[in-house]
Parts: sequence; C-alpha cells; structure tokens
Amino acid sequence: MSSAITPIIMPKWGLEMREGTVSDWLVDVGTRITVGMPIMDVDTDKLSNSVEAPDPGLLRRRIAQAGETYLVRALLGVMAESDVSDAEIDAFVDAFEVPVAGADDEDAGPAYDYVEVDGIRVRYARRGPDEGVPLVLLHGFGGDLGNWLFNIDALAESFPVITLDLPGHGQSQAKLPAKSVAGLSDFVAKLLDQIGVAKVHIGGHSMGGAIATQFALTHPKRTASLTLICSAGLGKEINTGYTDGFIAATNKRELKAVVEQLFANPELVTRSLVDDLLKYKRMDGVPEVLEALGHSLFSNGLQTETPGLKLDAKSPPVLVIWGAKDQVIPAQHASNAPAGSTVAVIDGAGHMVMLEKANEVNALIKKHVGSH
Amino acid sequence: MARKISMKQAINEALDLEMARDPLVICMGEDIVGGAGGNGEMDAWGGVLGVTKGLYAKHGDRLMDTPLSESAYIGAAIGAAACGYRPVAELMFIDFMGVCFDQIYNQAAKFKYMFGGKAETPVVIRAMVGAGFRAAAQHSQMLTPLFTHIPGLKVVCPSTPYDTKGLLIQSIRDNDPVIFCEHKNLYGFEGEVPEGSYAIPFGEANIVREGKHVTIVTYGLMVHRSLEAAAELAKEGIEVEIVDLRTLSPLDMDTVLDSVTKTGRLVCVDEASPRCSIAADISAQVVQHAFGALKAGIEMVTPPHVPVPFSPVLEDLYIPSGAQIAIAVRKTLQGGRK
Repeated sequence: MSSAITPIIMPKWGLEMREGTVSDWLVDVGTRITVGMPIMDVDTDKLSNSVEAPDPGLLRRRIAQAGETYLVRALLGVMAESDVSDAEIDAFVDAFEVPVAGADDEDAGPAYDYVEVDGIRVRYARRGPDEGVPLVLLHGFGGDLGNWLFNIDALAESFPVITLDLPGHGQSQAKLPAKSVAGLSDFVAKLLDQIGVAKVHIGGHSMGGAIATQFALTHPKRTASLTLICSAGLGKEINTGYTDGFIAATNKRELKAVVEQLFANPELVTRSLVDDLLKYKRMDGVPEVLEALGHSLFSNGLQTETPGLKLDAKSPPVLVIWGAKDQVIPAQHASNAPAGSTVAVIDGAGHMVMLEKANEVNALIKKHVGSH
Repeated sequence: MARKISMKQAINEALDLEMARDPLVICMGEDIVGGAGGNGEMDAWGGVLGVTKGLYAKHGDRLMDTPLSESAYIGAAIGAAACGYRPVAELMFIDFMGVCFDQIYNQAAKFKYMFGGKAETPVVIRAMVGAGFRAAAQHSQMLTPLFTHIPGLKVVCPSTPYDTKGLLIQSIRDNDPVIFCEHKNLYGFEGEVPEGSYAIPFGEANIVREGKHVTIVTYGLMVHRSLEAAAELAKEGIEVEIVDLRTLSPLDMDTVLDSVTKTGRLVCVDEASPRCSIAADISAQVVQHAFGALKAGIEMVTPPHVPVPFSPVLEDLYIPSGAQIAIAVRKTLQGGRK
C-alpha cells in the first residue's frame, strides 16, 4: 500500500541547488510529525537550512545518514502509519527512483529571463502558477535574486513569484538608471510594464524594501499588498559601517568580515557565498555602481530617503518582518510601520532573516499575500 | 550572465573584450590568424589549437601572423609595449621560450628598473605548458620556475575558466610583463564564467577546498589532481585544504601561511621538475616563516627529475596523479612531532 507511504525528499532551494548534505536529523523514528515541523538540517554549498515536513505522518525510517550528500529529490526518510508493514516500506525504498542529476532542470527550461529596460539589461526569474497576482521581491544593496534562495520556490507553491537583479546588481548590467529610491522604483514599474505585469503584491528586503514602499506609494491601485523585510525607509538610522565596508572590500578576508554582520549566526557565511559576492564585485563597473548608489542612499549612519514613514492607513496592507538581531538596520524601525500593519520580529535572526528563518518568513508572507 | 564555457573560450573571450575596450591591445603570434603568407582564408587557424579563432573577423589587423621566429616577434612585442601598446604575444609552447630569452629576462623584465621607472612594458606572453599531450620532451614542460626566478616578471598559471578570463584581463591591464601559462590539457575544461569583463588581482591565492588536517599548495592542472585526492581522502575522514596559487609571481604567501598555521601539515604539488621548483620555494618559505606551526615534515609531489617521456605509458607515470598526492597526504599525517 505505497499510497499510505509518504517520502521525505531532499528539497530544491533556489534555482541552482543540485545536492545537499544532511548535517543532522532533528527527529527520531516513531515521532509523530506535523506540517512545518523541522525534520533535519541540510547544508548546501550556499547556506544551511532545516527541512520541514510538507505533510503530517509518523516517521518510520531515516534513510539519509548525517554527513552524507544527496541529490535534490533523493529519498531521505519515510513516513507511514503503523499499519504499514516494514516489508512494504522496504519495497517502497527499493522502488524509489533516484533522480538523475540535471535531467529535470533541462526539462524545466531556462531558470532566468532577461529584459532590457531603458537600455539596461536586467535578469529576472518567474516561478509558480501562470494565474494570479504575482509577488515581486526586490533584494537589498549589493544583493541579487539569490537572496530569495529559500523563499522563491516555497512561495511559488501558492502564487506566482517574480524576482530580479536590480540594475547594477547580480547578473543585471552594471549601470544605474538613478541613484534614488524613487528612480529605482520607477525603473521597477517600467520593467513590470514591459513584462506585462499590471497588479502586484510587492515586497523587498533592506534597500529593496524602500524601493517596494515607494512603488506602493506611487502606484497604490497597482499594489495589492506590501511586504517589508528588515526594510530601509522606515527610519533614519542605518549601520553605514556595513554599507561602506561592503563597498570598500576588495578581497575575501575583508568581504567575509563585512558580510558576517548580515547574519545572527556568522557561521552561515560560507566560502561559496563570499566567493560569489566577490565575483560580482569584480565585474567591470560594479564598484562604481555600488559606490554611487551606496553613498547616495546611506551616509554617516543615516538613510537619505524614508518613504516608509509616508505610509498610512490608506496605503496597501503592510507586512513588516524583522530579524531581532539585525546589525544593519535597527529592528526598532518595525514599530514605525503604519497602524494596522502586521509586524513580526523574529528571534535568532539578523538582517538576512529570510535566509536564516526562511520557514517562518515564508509562512508569514503566504498568509499576508494570501489574504489580500 | 554566467554560463559554462571552456578554458580555451575563456581566453578567446578575455582577448576579445580587452581588444574591444582598449584599441592599444594587439595580438601577435604564429598562425594566430590564417598563417602568414598563405593563400588560405584569413582567420582559418586562430593559433595552433584555435584559441584566437574568430578574433580577426572582429578586430582585423590588430591580430598579426608572425614569421616562425620567436626571437623576432617576442622582441617586437616587447618593443611595442615599451612604446605604449599592450601586445599579447602567443608563443605556442613555453618550451620555445629559450630562443627569445634575452628579450624576456634581460630586456622586458629590466626596463622599468634600469630606466628609473620611466619605462613600462605592458606585454603579455601567452604560452601552453604541461605534459599529457603526447607531444614529447620539447613541447610538454612546466617551466614556471624559470620565470618566477626573474624579478620583474609576473607569472600566472590558472586552473579554471573563470580564473583564466579574469587573470588574462588583469594581465593585459597590468603595466608589467606577464608570462601567462595555459595548461594545454585544461583547454577543454569547462566552468561557469560571466559574460562581462572582470579582473582578478594578482597575488591572491584561492582556497578551492577547505579542510583542517592537511594543506595542499598547488596550481594549474595539479589543482584538479589534488581535488581528486581530497575527494578520496574525505572517505577516510581526512579533510584536506587546497590552496590554488593562481599567480606564482607575485606569490600569496599569506594565504599559504594562514592555511599551514591552521592545519600544521603541508604537501606541495607541482608539475614542474622538482629541483628549484615552485614546490621547493613554497616549502622553504613555510619552513622559514611558520616552522613552529608544522607538526610534520613537508611532503612534495612532483614528476621525477627527467625530461617528459614520449612513451604514453611513461608520460602518464611521469605526471603526478591523485593517488600519489593521496599517499603524500597520508604520509604527512603519519609523521609528526610530539
């Protein structure tokens, strides 16, 4: 009765994950698992995260061994009720087909698209169902769409999700349409026009939050809801030691020390994460873009634009999420959200709360977007 | 956008982008276009292994086929560099360096110093290095230590397409003479490379694998052999850290010393002949600067001190293998001081 058997498989986090290493099981055989319960910790070459149960059930078998590496969609464990025999579980495990590396990704077509807006080539990704108002997620200063590694696929189960590399960031062209939040917000609006997206749920992290806020203020009818994660624009203060340090860092050692400020747990900053950032920072034109934008938006401990303080009861519904240990923008800014906003300050997370506490952040966003 | 390309394509792309960016960048070499004086179609060759193929169509006469006279055209490239151009000369096999060595080590390397800093020589000499190509003793050498011995020369030997593109762009933009060593057995090796331009600074080693038990310091093709060894050793619970030097002059000893301080054990892997090699240089510097950190004697994995054999069986035995590297790592773990 294999229909009564539920496999636990290696998830695919982000667009480039091929395999993950199980670092630890968090539950024993015989545990009654509920939806959303963390089952095991998995390390990828980018970051580590907990695998959560997508379905409820009784854990009968732990297949994956701690310390071993498994392909995406490989069988890690088996859930089944007690009336399913061990022989049936053995048969299920034996019959489970180990996925072929890469085969699935080629079928899925290209992970990214490119669009040229105002003469600037921009990379974006669209995931999830064709129908429905999409959630557009904007990354922060120096970031890219990879910052939504643990969010994009989980959220795309419920609604369409669009992420992009802002101009001068990630794999978009190293060229700025403007050095202001308002200018970047106009650029995002033009980009959405060009790819045929009218109404959106918009969200952003850090600088991307300020851009999303400005978008919601400029286009209230176009904006179904607003999600702000450790957002800029909700107060004056910012740790410009971080932004200046990010601009100035020219090697791995310097960059690692700076980027560690983004996380409550600095051990999450892997070599691969620093390598990728350094590769980005070394592209021709990028240092100039970061310097121009960073110094225009953030200087001497202050943000130059605070669109979040203009939000009011007439603005689209707002969700504010913050990592309690944010070392870049103070979590106290969450209290500047307009009355009626949903506010969640998450313990044990820093500025990259959507990476550090992905499951909690995803649940909050799903609920917010789902109800507006 | 990053996509997978070969090391050969990465070289072509770096030359293409820099020629488009800077009109002073020129390329010269034997058959790099269509073969000098031949009646054949221009751009038919693109060098002996087709590395520069397609560039003539885009950049025209800024790519020049030269006579089969290394002493003449390497000298011409160095002269053009001293007069303000940024020439990239393709020497085919590094083994041919001998006939133009005065131009390189007595002229190019010395101009800046002997003219009180008033002259610069921004020349890049690209050459294929390494064994495994069934090309016998005169086309297979890893002569990197000959060039690291000369002050005034910069020496690069990348292991991946990403590093190749970024380091070649840096070589062209650099104001000093650069010997750019391309391992011919890595030409087909593919990796993710961004489409745009980027430069990787000289003197920055890359830790390609992290580990806490033993440090391997290496470069070029041997990075890949070391990775094979590390994967094998990981099954035995041995965690190897691999430092890819990337540039041999300047040399990033800080990264080497940091790693050895962490692990206490060092294996140097070098495809060059063992005497006065990069491996010998690294070993000596580690003993000089981090003797206290060493928990065991340093191991070196190199070919034997003989010319590269023509017999394929012997050539395969000549090149250090992953298995040999693994043996050296185990040996340094067995040895030790109390």
